[in-house]
Amino acid sequence: MAPEPAQATPLLETRAITKVFGELKANDAVDFAIQRGEIHALLGENGAGKSTLVKILFGSLQPSAGQVFWNGEAIDITSPSQARDLGIGMVFQHFSLFEALTVAENIALSFQSDLTLGEVAERARTLSKTYGLPLDPDAVVGDLAVGQRQRIEIIRVLMQDPQLIILDEPTSVLTPQEADTLFETLFRLRDEGRSILYISHRLEEVQRLCTAATIMRHGKVVDACDPREETAGSLASKMVGADIAHVRQSVTGAGGDVLLQVSILSQPAATPFAVALRDISLEARAGEVIAIAGIAGNGQGEFFAALSGETLSKPGSTIRLMGKDVGGLGISPRRKLNAAFIPEERLGHGAVPGLALSDNLLLARHASDHKELLSLGRLAVVAKGKVADFAQRVVAAMDVRKSALNPPAAALSGGNLQKFIVGRELDRNPKVLVVSQPTWGVDAGAASHIRQALLDLAASGSAVVAISQDLDEIFEIADRIAVMADGRLTAPVPSDDMTRERIGLLMAGQSEAVAA
Amino acid sequence: MRLVLEKRATSSTLLALTSPFIALALTLVAGAIMFAILGKPPFASLITYFVDPLTDPWSREQIIVKATPLILIAVGLSVCFRSGNWNIGAEGQYLIGGLFGAMLPVLLHGWTSPLLLPLALIFGMAGGALYAFIPAVLKARFGTNEILSSLMLVYIAQQVVDWVVRGPWRNPQGMGFPGTKTFTDNAILPPLWANADAHYGTVFAILAAVVVWFALGRTLKGFEITVLGQSPKAGRFAGFSAAKMTIFAFVVSGALAGLAGISEVSGSVEKLDDKLSLGYGFSAIIVAFLGRLNPLGIIAAGLILALSFIGGENAQIMMGVSDRAARVFQGLLLFFVLACDTLIHYRVGFVRAPGGLKTAA
Amino acid sequence: MDIAVLISIIVSVAVSATPLLLAATGELVVERSGVLNLGVEGMMIMGAVAGFSVAQATGNPYWGALGAIVVGALFSQLFAFLVLTLVTNQVATGLALTILGLGLSGMIGEGFVGQPGIKLEKLDIPLLSDLPVVGPLLFSLDAIFYASIALVLAVWWFLFRTKTGLMVRGVGDSHTSAHALGIPVIRIRYLAIAFGGACAGLAGAHLSLVQVPQWTEGMTSGRGWIALALVVFASWRPGRVLIGAYLFGAVTIAQFHAQASGVPIPPQFLASLPYLATIIVLVLIARNRRLTMINTPAALGQPFVPDR
Repeated sequence: MAPEPAQATPLLETRAITKVFGELKANDAVDFAIQRGEIHALLGENGAGKSTLVKILFGSLQPSAGQVFWNGEAIDITSPSQARDLGIGMVFQHFSLFEALTVAENIALSFQSDLTLGEVAERARTLSKTYGLPLDPDAVVGDLAVGQRQRIEIIRVLMQDPQLIILDEPTSVLTPQEADTLFETLFRLRDEGRSILYISHRLEEVQRLCTAATIMRHGKVVDACDPREETAGSLASKMVGADIAHVRQSVTGAGGDVLLQVSILSQPAATPFAVALRDISLEARAGEVIAIAGIAGNGQGEFFAALSGETLSKPGSTIRLMGKDVGGLGISPRRKLNAAFIPEERLGHGAVPGLALSDNLLLARHASDHKELLSLGRLAVVAKGKVADFAQRVVAAMDVRKSALNPPAAALSGGNLQKFIVGRELDRNPKVLVVSQPTWGVDAGAASHIRQALLDLAASGSAVVAISQDLDEIFEIADRIAVMADGRLTAPVPSDDMTRERIGLLMAGQSEAVAA
Repeated sequence: MRLVLEKRATSSTLLALTSPFIALALTLVAGAIMFAILGKPPFASLITYFVDPLTDPWSREQIIVKATPLILIAVGLSVCFRSGNWNIGAEGQYLIGGLFGAMLPVLLHGWTSPLLLPLALIFGMAGGALYAFIPAVLKARFGTNEILSSLMLVYIAQQVVDWVVRGPWRNPQGMGFPGTKTFTDNAILPPLWANADAHYGTVFAILAAVVVWFALGRTLKGFEITVLGQSPKAGRFAGFSAAKMTIFAFVVSGALAGLAGISEVSGSVEKLDDKLSLGYGFSAIIVAFLGRLNPLGIIAAGLILALSFIGGENAQIMMGVSDRAARVFQGLLLFFVLACDTLIHYRVGFVRAPGGLKTAA
Repeated sequence: MDIAVLISIIVSVAVSATPLLLAATGELVVERSGVLNLGVEGMMIMGAVAGFSVAQATGNPYWGALGAIVVGALFSQLFAFLVLTLVTNQVATGLALTILGLGLSGMIGEGFVGQPGIKLEKLDIPLLSDLPVVGPLLFSLDAIFYASIALVLAVWWFLFRTKTGLMVRGVGDSHTSAHALGIPVIRIRYLAIAFGGACAGLAGAHLSLVQVPQWTEGMTSGRGWIALALVVFASWRPGRVLIGAYLFGAVTIAQFHAQASGVPIPPQFLASLPYLATIIVLVLIARNRRLTMINTPAALGQPFVPDR
């Protein structure tokens, strides 16, 4: 079927949509329209207001002011089920899945109907064939990989034969090859006359897929354009509103001493939901940044915990820091050896949400800096003044923006909290830094600041291991790249010899021979 | 119309300080309604309950006596609850503390050494700590739910104490009543002043509250307790062990509950009998929350709960109101305390039907 | 052993297991929806006093049972309002419900102490109760017993065979996913808690109308807590709750018989057995981490504040 020509009345239109949370205007008079048979990009940085707008369109949030029009008629979308009845389907960035339930049960829960579970499973099977999305309706979701989980979300949406499909950052969890498959499905849906609202900050994808784009910044629509007529650079500056400092690659300092050495690390899965680590070997030398690419859930969390000492290795240990065997040592002794760790999850792992910044400084520094931060020996009385001074120093060095003198961690924006957490470790100039997803969900300005800080640390003679899902970031900072898949790690390759396609194949678990 | 919550960016300090008082006020209102339903004059009843005991020196002293075990136990519970360990078996630890503490004074009855009292106190603390160690180690080692295991141990402790005072330790001259021999003077916790009912247990309680208050607020151990209670994963990242904390918190709280037990036995009853279990271990849970898990707040909260007990006895004598009303008050109080805590972290608002907040069409 | 004696022992096991089964089945539904209500003991004792007093007032124990169901359900809504609407800590609030229930029931029941109660008599099922062995064993018991068995089957069918049951399980697995899909998380949980309260209330009525038809303060003596342990033991499966409740009933009856037959063990130790057994069972279950981790409703005890 040929795409219908754009009509005078858009399929969906918003006029002056405003949403206020407390003192924050998450959406400020947003005007936006999407035509039939169009793949329309909604571009913007984290915190630009895209998610809020989308939640309003899907009925999860109610606007404080403004009006939504569907086929030219004014409507209030008061609930997701009403949105679905209208013909709006949504694929969330964070999947709305139930891990303990089967695929068919998950699909059945997403819409109201009189279909039996068996009938739901049958229709799902048909749809998955039609659109090239293989899926077993009887599988338990907890056992599925991320790419398969996304297929459930898409099939859920297709079950209701929607006219508008909203996809929120769909490729952030996919390999490049999986993304290509997704794009083919999207083109097929568009050719059937459906509209697709595609939310992303990946400009290449948007240029490939979309024929229209709305760009948001600070809750407002700043531009609407045809992305095919723009360059990636022009789109980026519209999105960010200012030029972002380009990260400066340091002169490769590889060839220094081996500061972190992992040899044939294996570890069984600790829980039913964990990944076993298998025969991991890695050497990080002074002066280099090693990036570990891979899709989330392939053992990165377990590997980070093994490196940090949050889980201890078995005797006959296989992890050495600065030449010292540390497999049996916890995170505090490893910090005392001048290693530092930055976990992926900011709130609830790297920081305690309800505690003040100064307390969160003490969290990671009480062992390495006990001489200054604690007093009276075994009694270990906290020197509150010193802790506050240290925290202040980190805040100044990393330009952390905050609303109060010493606010709780949860009160900071993601980017500012990440700057604080990174700065907390850099402040003591560690010889080895292991960091997971250094700029995940961080705005572009803070991201380039953080990446620069990692490069500077390596240039000063430290070893940096960065676990990341973001290929752009990896190519920006890494001297060498290794790929993690299914609990295994490939040998690191100089980044100049690595391509996105090869990483993609390795991420998907293809052996090095095939990928190379 | 629907009630909705909105998270505050930073929790309200003003409400954090005032919320226990709001809860108290609401409890009084609910109490007045309850008295009205029971056909008693509401205002006069509240006066009998909460004001009269304060005007009478004997009642004031009884408040101190009652508050002592409540404060001791609740201070220990504050360590547990702050660290995310739900010890609700303090009543059992209190009983076993009383039992262990009574061991030397009963078995070595007539031993005149001045060491007897200190040893009895140490035994009491050790008994409570050991009894608390059971659910702690089961949780740390096997992941057993500590709420249920610590509570089950209360029922067992009650049976064990009952057996001891009716069986092996029963006073042969006790005319068949359950209970041990009365302790000799060197095993009795001295009164605070001559002929007082109030004993040195009160000093232990205040001392414990001050020490724990300092430790929680100023030391690395206190920091560890807070961090593990709020986020075990961040605690592990900080190099703290949740399993060791479970043991630590239970042992501290068990030792304090045990001290409360032996103080009650040695300071008030002067022997071990079958009436030791008065529910202090459960009331202390209310004290801990009313004091917002702050040991200094717990001192005040302990006095308030003790006042409600004494007021309850007062009201029974003066107005024929059931002394169970005190328990109802305490239950209501805990409800209101928990409800008011919500105000600290959330703004509460009302909305009409969905979409009712819209300002423009 | 005489077959008649054996039958009477098994029947007494059923009588002692019924309140545990009822309360645990109700709590199972609550926990399947992701809420931990530690107030079972409090709701149960409120049911016991309500059952007793309504039966006294009406002279009809069936009205008593109905009163207990209503009171249990209403009382549970106090907890529901706090944990669901005000998002208070579930553990502390459940404890508060238990403490309040014990106090309130003591006050309400003060006048009933020592009064003879009205017994809910056995209800012989016509024809079936005349069958040899099976008749007295299964078809010659009180109505609440029949209700408890029907309830387990109904709950199993509801949770695993109906769309609404699927929603309950979904809400308990991930309230954020459920909310995003437009499933009314809070409403489902209110209803689940009310159901749990009704079951606990009926369980209490069984104590004060069938087991010992009278009122004594604190007569639940920890059965509500044992019911909570049973849910864990059963790893949130109705069939296993049935097995667990009868195992506990058997332990209780065994210790009664041991006491009566003059075993040279102090009665206090025998009376501790059910509590000790609970701890042992909890340890054994917890040791099997794989089983517990897979079956525990993932959202259990987690606070949920819907965004708007």
